[in-house]
Amino acid sequence: MIALLRRDLRLAVRAGGGFGLGVAFFLILCALVPFGVGPDTAALQPIAPGILWLGALLACLLSLDRIFALDHEDGSLDLLATSPLPLEGAVAVKALAHWITTGLPLIVAAPLFGILLHLPGAAVPALLGSLALGTPALSMLGAFGAAVTVGLRRGGLLLSLLVLPLYIPTLIFGTEMIRRGQQGGDTGTPLLFLAGITAGVLAVIPFAAAAALRVNLR
Amino acid sequence: MSIWEYANPVKFMRTSGAILPWVVAGAAVCTVTGLTWGFLTPEDYRQGSTVKIVFLHVPAAMMAINIWVMMLVASLIWLIRRHHVSALAARAAAPIGAVMTVIGLITGAVWGQPMWGTWWEWDPRLTSFLILLLFYIGYMALWSAIEDPDSAADLTAVLCLVGSVFALLSRYAVFFWNQGLHQGASLSVQSGERMSAVYRYPLYLTMLGFGLLFLSLLLIRTRTEIRKRRLVALQAREMRA
Repeated sequence: MIALLRRDLRLAVRAGGGFGLGVAFFLILCALVPFGVGPDTAALQPIAPGILWLGALLACLLSLDRIFALDHEDGSLDLLATSPLPLEGAVAVKALAHWITTGLPLIVAAPLFGILLHLPGAAVPALLGSLALGTPALSMLGAFGAAVTVGLRRGGLLLSLLVLPLYIPTLIFGTEMIRRGQQGGDTGTPLLFLAGITAGVLAVIPFAAAAALRVNLR
Repeated sequence: MSIWEYANPVKFMRTSGAILPWVVAGAAVCTVTGLTWGFLTPEDYRQGSTVKIVFLHVPAAMMAINIWVMMLVASLIWLIRRHHVSALAARAAAPIGAVMTVIGLITGAVWGQPMWGTWWEWDPRLTSFLILLLFYIGYMALWSAIEDPDSAADLTAVLCLVGSVFALLSRYAVFFWNQGLHQGASLSVQSGERMSAVYRYPLYLTMLGFGLLFLSLLLIRTRTEIRKRRLVALQAREMRA
C-alpha cells in the first residue's frame, strides 16, 4: 500500500501540473471573485466562506478523472486488481494520494486566500478545521465517481454531474462552520456533522468504488 | 409459486400484458375524476382558487420520492439476485420520476408566486427536491453513457445506492442550512385532520390515480425495454448466422 502511495505521488509530481494545479486554480478563482462582486470588504466578507469552499470543491473536481483514467489506459489498473492488495485498499490509497496532491496544498494555502477575500483572522481556525475535515470526503467521493466513469469516453463531464450532488452536504456543513467561526459563534455542531460525514464516507465509499471498478474491469 | 417467478421476462410479459389494460383504465378513471373533482371544489377562503394546484402538486411530489425508493429496491434486487427485469424496471422508472419531480417543482412555483410572493425560495423542502432532480439526471445520464447493458445496470445500481444515502443526507443538511418556508405535510396519519374533507377525498383519489399512472407507465416502459433487449439479441443472432 505504501509502495502504491509512493508511486502515485511520484507520478503526480513528475507528470507535471497535477500537484500545483489545484492551488493555482484556487488562486485564480479567489482573484476573480472581487472582479465579479466588487472589492469592498462589506461585499466580500459574507460570501468568503462559500467562495473558499466552492473553490476547494472545484479544484478537487478538476483533478478527479486522473485518479483512475491514466492507470486504466496503460493497464496498470488491471494489475492492481489482480494484485494481493484488496481493491478497496487500492481505492483508499488512490484517494489518499489525490488528497495529498490537491487537498493538502489547499489547506496550507487557504489562510492566504482568506486574506484575499477579507476573511477575519478569527475565522482562520474554523477555515482550516473545516477544510481538513471535509476535503478527505471530497477526495473519496471523487474516487467513487472516477471509478464509475473510468471506462467511458467523455467521462469527465458525466463525472462532475455525478459527483457534485454528492458534495452538497459537505459543502453545507463546511461553509456553515467557517461562517460561525467568522461571527464568533459555536463551531462544534457543524464540526461534528462534517466529521461524521467524512468518517461515514471513508468507511463505506471504498467498497462502492471497488465494486464499480470491478464492473468496469470485467 | 413465489414472486421471483415474475423475474422471468416471458412470464413478466404475459402477466403485465394481461393486467396492463386494467391498470391503465384505473389510472385514467382515478386521475380524471380526482382532478375534475378537485377542480370543482370550492375556493379556499385564504388561498382562493390556487388551492386547486394541490391536487397536482402533492401526488406528483409524493410519487417523485416514492419512485426513487422503488428504484432503490429494484437496484438492490438486481445486485443481489440479478433479475434483469428488475434492472430494466429501475431504468424505466427514472425518467418518470424525473418528470414527477419537475411537475412538483413547477406546480410549486406556480403556487408559490401568488402565495409566498416568489417563484423560488431556497427553502429546505424545495432545495432537497431540486437535489433529488439532480440525482435523477445523473442516474439517467449514467444509464445512457454505458453501452454494455449488464455493466450499465451494475454501475447505476451502485450509484442509486450511494445516491439514496446522499439524497437523504442532503435533505437533513439542507434543513440545518436554512429555515423553512414550506408548510408541513398536507396529510398526516398521526396528527389527524389538517385539511377539510372537501379537499381531502379528491386528494386521496388523485394520489391513488398518480400511483396507478406510475404503475401503468412503468409497465409500458419496462415492456418496451424488454422488447428492445430482444431486438438487440435477435439482431446479434442474425449477424452471427
